[in-house]
Amino acid sequence: MEQKHTISVLVENHAGVLSRVAGLFSRRGFNIDSLAVGETTNPEISRITIVVKGDDYTVDQVSKQLNKLVDVIKIKILSDNDFVGRELLLLKVKANAKQRAEIIQLVDIFRANIVDVSNDTLTVEICADQDKLKALTGLLEPFGIMETVRTGMVAIQRGKDCVE
Amino acid sequence: MIENGAKAVVNILEQHGTDIIFGYPGAAIAPFYDKLLTSSIKHVLVRNEQGGVHAASGYAKTTGKVGVCIATSGPGATNMITGIATAYMDSIPIVAITGQVLSSQIGKDVFQEADITGATAPFCKHNYLVKDASKLPGIINEAFMLASTGRPGPVLVDIPIDILLHEMEYDYSYSFNIPGYQYQFEIDEKQIEAVCQVINQSKKPLIIAGGGIISSGSKDILYKISHEFDIPVTYTLMAKGCLDDNYERNLGMLGSHGTYSANKAVHDCDLLLIAGGRVGDRSFNSASDMYQKKTIIHIDIDPAEIGKNITVDYELNGDARDFLHAIHARLKKSDREKWIVNRKKTAELESKFVNGDGTIDPKDVLLCLAKHIDDDAIITTEVGQNQIWAANLIDIKTSNMFVTSGGMGTMGYGLPASVGCKSGNRDKQVIAIEGDGSLQMSLQELGTIMQEDLDIKIILFNNCSLGMVRELQSLKFEKRHSGVCLKSNPDFMALFASYGFKGARLYDKEKIEEEIEKMLSYKGTYVLECIVDNDNPTIYR
Repeated sequence: MEQKHTISVLVENHAGVLSRVAGLFSRRGFNIDSLAVGETTNPEISRITIVVKGDDYTVDQVSKQLNKLVDVIKIKILSDNDFVGRELLLLKVKANAKQRAEIIQLVDIFRANIVDVSNDTLTVEICADQDKLKALTGLLEPFGIMETVRTGMVAIQRGKDCVE
Repeated sequence: MIENGAKAVVNILEQHGTDIIFGYPGAAIAPFYDKLLTSSIKHVLVRNEQGGVHAASGYAKTTGKVGVCIATSGPGATNMITGIATAYMDSIPIVAITGQVLSSQIGKDVFQEADITGATAPFCKHNYLVKDASKLPGIINEAFMLASTGRPGPVLVDIPIDILLHEMEYDYSYSFNIPGYQYQFEIDEKQIEAVCQVINQSKKPLIIAGGGIISSGSKDILYKISHEFDIPVTYTLMAKGCLDDNYERNLGMLGSHGTYSANKAVHDCDLLLIAGGRVGDRSFNSASDMYQKKTIIHIDIDPAEIGKNITVDYELNGDARDFLHAIHARLKKSDREKWIVNRKKTAELESKFVNGDGTIDPKDVLLCLAKHIDDDAIITTEVGQNQIWAANLIDIKTSNMFVTSGGMGTMGYGLPASVGCKSGNRDKQVIAIEGDGSLQMSLQELGTIMQEDLDIKIILFNNCSLGMVRELQSLKFEKRHSGVCLKSNPDFMALFASYGFKGARLYDKEKIEEEIEKMLSYKGTYVLECIVDNDNPTIYR
């Protein structure tokens, strides 16, 4: 059955590693939902969090093919509910003086922040799981969303388990 | 000692026992060629960089060493791509070294600049763009290690000219440490126990040998398992030579161009032990549901191959040789009934095809050739009908070597590969089976053969056609032949003569044996051009 899978990948922090990983996905016909990269506490190692859509076979192949890349150190497929996933969304919405209060109220409910304001716009910052981002986006839609920027999801396992 | 980067590269090649390299010079790689002059390494000047990679491939396959090929930046490097992709598909250990423009100029589209690490990433086991001269020795060492361990494959190292010229005291101490690279796998005895139990219980077990049997040196243990426990074997194209073709439990090659006996056995068996094969689509029809009814055991050193194309019951991830030894130690003598009856080799099948006047049947030529070649002869093929004829009709012994492009199916592979085979095996017979189409894809390498004074016996099947595609069009496109006619072939005898090669044209069945004996006893490159009817098929029915 097709569903979303979250994969945490530790890679050597070399130039070209990201293109190898991204290239592998297009080459093998895997669909990336989101991809986020950043350094770990060890500056020689980066972590890539990838969300892919696919069935169990696809995820098994993604994991095995990633493992074949020499720069890939470790792969962990994060099981549902056993990780905290967060994504940052910056959203610019049309807001005149009359609408501003209503939007700020919605933003407060989501515990999001207003990070920029102009005569005609508000820029909202929210860091949450993907469902919440979707919900807030849906509520702000009627005001007129001008632009959104998302980071892609990063995820960490719950409890004392680590990918290391 | 203060040396430049080029000298460091030469030093490491020497340390790895590299005695012959195949390459083509150019500006960006010139510092390396300069240091080659004072080295023990012999350089074979190929006529095109693609030929250099194929030659390194033939050399690697037949010597067991890592093949090394060299090219300059830009077009030199991009010419290598087909060769690298070919080696990647067939898991051949190759280190390809390319020159690159000045580090400071990379990305500026300067003369002869190409992003070769980007271009070859999909076809390489790994590749490097060297940015720091002090890391150069470590990278070359790592390239050799990666190419030759685990599932072997090509590794490319791209070196900017300023790094090749960089003078410093190079540190040659080296310890292999890539945290994410696993190439040694433990054997789980419990799993072996379970596998042996299902094999013991099987009424109709069958082994499918893949190229991993050859590269892991598992021929002997494969024979022992098959012989002692009465298990028939079929093989993929890449594993031809894994067993003596006259051995009674050897059913021949399987797949789309395999033998009837092999394919019937795959269909009828209740257990498949796939050893060192990647379940490629020319050998396995993975769309078929017949595999679901069988117990499938898959041994492969590359975990990603297991379960990729068919669902597997037992995943044995590791070296085929280790696993076969472990299985051999635990199998029990079986009293199962013989389930293979009427093994028939393609050579024994009556072809219904009637050859036209003045043409000769490749089957007659190859059967006769097989009778006369040395026990340890090396056979290279091109891709097409010549390849299938050779694979199905030449009975070879386990000491023979069969060198062919399987996964990629690269026409123009065989002739340059034979250059590598002969360069690394001067004492052995090397026989290149050619078709008129494939030969003309790498024709320029005749110059290399001449310059190196290589003694290669060339059997050229000339049907003035691209026979394999023509056969496909006959079968699937109701004989609408399109773009497959080579009616303006050169006079091959005159062409070969211009390179100083002797040869003969063969179109009389009666003369086959005499001509083959003449060819094999001649010292030097000799060409036997066999005139073949272009309707002569590869699939006998």
